Amino acid sequence: MQELVTISTLNGVLYGMLLFLMASGLTLIFSMMGVLNFAHASFYMLGAFFGFQIGQIVGFWPAFVIAPVLVGGIGALVERYALRHVHRHGPVAELLFTFGLAFIIEELVQMVWGKGPADYRVPASLDYPAFTIFSTNYPAYKMFELLTAVAIFVVLFVVLKRTRIGLIIQASITHAPMVAMLGHNVPRVFMLVFGVGTGLAAVAGVIAGPALVTQSNMAAALGPILFVVVVVGGLGSLAGAFVASLLIGLVQTFAVSVNLSVADVLGGIGVAPPTGGALFDVWNVTVAEIAPIMPYLLLVLILILRPTGLMGTREH
Amino acid sequence: MPARRGAGSPGAAAAFAGLAAPWIALALLFTVLPMIFASGSALTMLSLMGIMIVFALSYNMLLGETGLLSFGHAVYYGLGGFLTVHAMNTVIHDHLPVPLPLMPLVGGFGGLLFGIIFGSVSTRRAGTAFAMISLGLGELVASSSLILRGFFGGEEGVTTNRTKLLRVFGLNFAPQIEVYYLIAAWCLLAMLAMYALRRTPFGRMCNAVRENAERAQFVGYNPTMVRFMAFSLAGLFAGVAGALAAINFELINSASVGAEQSGQVLLAAYIGGVGNFIGPVIGAVLVTWLRVMLSDLTDVWQLYFGLLFIGVVVFAPNGIAGLVMRHEPLWQARAYGSLLRLALAYLIALGPALLLLAGLIVVIEMSYHLSVKASEGPTISVFHLTLNTTSVWPWLGTAVLVVGGYLLFRRTWPIVDAAWNNALVAAQGAGKAK
Repeated sequence: MQELVTISTLNGVLYGMLLFLMASGLTLIFSMMGVLNFAHASFYMLGAFFGFQIGQIVGFWPAFVIAPVLVGGIGALVERYALRHVHRHGPVAELLFTFGLAFIIEELVQMVWGKGPADYRVPASLDYPAFTIFSTNYPAYKMFELLTAVAIFVVLFVVLKRTRIGLIIQASITHAPMVAMLGHNVPRVFMLVFGVGTGLAAVAGVIAGPALVTQSNMAAALGPILFVVVVVGGLGSLAGAFVASLLIGLVQTFAVSVNLSVADVLGGIGVAPPTGGALFDVWNVTVAEIAPIMPYLLLVLILILRPTGLMGTREH
Repeated sequence: MPARRGAGSPGAAAAFAGLAAPWIALALLFTVLPMIFASGSALTMLSLMGIMIVFALSYNMLLGETGLLSFGHAVYYGLGGFLTVHAMNTVIHDHLPVPLPLMPLVGGFGGLLFGIIFGSVSTRRAGTAFAMISLGLGELVASSSLILRGFFGGEEGVTTNRTKLLRVFGLNFAPQIEVYYLIAAWCLLAMLAMYALRRTPFGRMCNAVRENAERAQFVGYNPTMVRFMAFSLAGLFAGVAGALAAINFELINSASVGAEQSGQVLLAAYIGGVGNFIGPVIGAVLVTWLRVMLSDLTDVWQLYFGLLFIGVVVFAPNGIAGLVMRHEPLWQARAYGSLLRLALAYLIALGPALLLLAGLIVVIEMSYHLSVKASEGPTISVFHLTLNTTSVWPWLGTAVLVVGGYLLFRRTWPIVDAAWNNALVAAQGAGKAK
C-alpha cells in the first residue's frame, strides 16, 4: 500500500510536471497575445518526432538540444508570418487558424512518419534503475525527466523575474502598447515568447517520447487534457496552471490504481446493483476504467463550482 | 421600408409570394435533383449533403448567430442519433404504430435534452473558455462511449432496421430514393425553422450578444440565458441531423460523437461562411462532395482539407458566401459592365493560380509517395502523367511550376485590384444617379 502510494505520487508528480511544461508555454502565449494556441500539443508531437529522427542521426543528447530549438524556430516563423496576419481578423479566426495548423501538422507527421509508433528508445546512458523503493525499481530515465522539468522551471522563473528581458515580457503581457511606446520591439517579443513557448512543448515531447508512445495521435490524445488544465487552473494564470497540472497528474495516476466501482461501495452497505439496462454500466464501472476521463469530470466540477477556474481572474 | 398594408390587400399577397418564392424554388430543386443525378452513388451523396446541411446550419446557430465557437457540437448529433436508434429498435421490438418519418423528432428531442444538460454547464463562460469547455465535454462523451456499453454499443455501435417500422403510403424506406426524399423533406423543414428563428427577436438578441454582450446586458437581456437558449436549440437541430444520419446508415457508433465529426462540421460551416444563412449550406455541399471525390483520388485528402481550411481562415475569413456577398453592393447598384470586367480580371488571375495549385499538389503527392509508399516503386500517376519520384526532373519541373505560377499570380493582383476599384466607383456612381 505504501509502495503504491509512493510510486503513484512520484509518477503523478512527473506527469503533472510534463503537463505544466506544456501548459506554461500555452499560458504565457495566451496571456501575452490573447490567442489560445490550439496547435500547442502538435508542437509537443513535433518535438518528439524531431527528437527521434535527429536522435537516429546524432544520438539522444545532441537531439535533446537541437530538436526543441528547431521546433521553437518553426513556432517563431509561424507567429511572424501567419499568426500576425490572421490577428486582424479577430480572436475566432486566430483560434481557428491554430486549429487548422494542428490538423495540418498531424497530417504532415502522418505523411512523413506513417501512422504507426516510432521506435524512440530511452538512451542507453539512462536505461538503468535509479533506486529501489519498497522492492520496485524506479527507472533513472524518469528521474531525468523530473530533474529536467524542474531545471527548466527554475530557469524560466529566473529569466522572467530577474532579467531585463523577463521584465519586458511581463510588462508586455499587461501593457503591450505602453511597452512599445517606451521603445521596445514588442512584435519581436511576441515572436520570442511564441517560439519559447513552443520550444518548451517540444522539450516535453523530446523527453516524454521514449517513455510514452511516439505516434501521430500523440497530439490528439494530450491536447484536450492540456486545455482542461488551463481552464481548470484559470485562463492566463501561471500559478493556476501549475496547481491544475499537478492536480490532474496526481488524480489520473492514482485513479488508475483504484479498482473500486459504485457496486463495490454500495454493495458493502447492502444495496443491490441493477441487473441490466443503462445503469448497469454506471454501477459496475471501476474508477480505474474511468481514469482517462477524470480530467473532464474535474472540468465539469470546476465549471459548476467555480467557473473562472481555480486561480482565474474575472472574465475580461 | 414599405408601409404596412392590410392583410387582405394584394400588396401583402405579393409580399408573401416574394418571401415564399425562394423556399418553393428550393423544394422544387430538392424534388428534381434525384431525377438529374439518378445513379446510386449520386443518391447517397445527395442524402449525405442533406444531413450535413442541417448539421452545419445548426452549428451556424452557435458560431454565426451567437458567436459561440464550439469544438464539441457532434455530441448532440451523435446522442440524437443514438436515441433515435434505440427508439427505432424499441418501436420494432414492441410493434408500436410509429412510422419512420416521425423518428427525427426523437433525435431532435434528444439533442435538445442534452443541449440543456450540457449547456447549463458550458454557457457559463463565453469566448475562448467556452471553446475549451466544449472540447472537454466532447472528449468526455466520446470517451464515455467505450465505458457505457449498454447505450453506446461499444466499438461496433448500435444497428437498426429502418424498413421494419409502420408503413405509411406503402413506403418501407428500403430503397435509397425514399430515404433521400425523407431527408430532403426534413432538411427543408429544418432550414425553414432555423431561418425563421433567425428572424425572431430572440435571433436578433443572439446577434446582439455576439456583437457586444455587455451592451446587451444594459439593454436588459441576460447574455448567459440567451447563449443557453441558443445552445439548446442548436443541439435540437443537431439531434435531428444525427437522427437522419442514423436512419440513412442504419448504424450509429462512437465516431459520431467524436472530435473528428465535430471538426468536420466546423470545417463545413466555416468554409461556406458563417456570417450568412446560405454559407453553411454551400460549405456542407462542398465539403461532402470533396470528401467523397478526393478520398477516391488521393490518400492525403485530409491534408488538402486542412490546407483549404487554413486558406479560408487566412485569406477569406467570411468563407465562400462572404466572398460572394462582397459583390452584392455591385449587383444591387446594377453596375453590370464593371462586374463583367471584374469577372474577366478574376479569370486572368485564375490561370496562374491553377498552375501554382497544380505544382503544389504534385509536390505533396510526390513527397507522400517517397516517404510512405516508397516500397511500391518510384513512379506515381498525377493528372494522368506518370512521374518518377526518384529522378530529379519531375522535382525541377514542379519547382518551376510553383515558383513561376506564384510570380505570374502576383503579377495579376494589380489587375484584379484595379478592376475591383473601378467596379466600386461605378457602383457608387450608379447609386448616386438613381
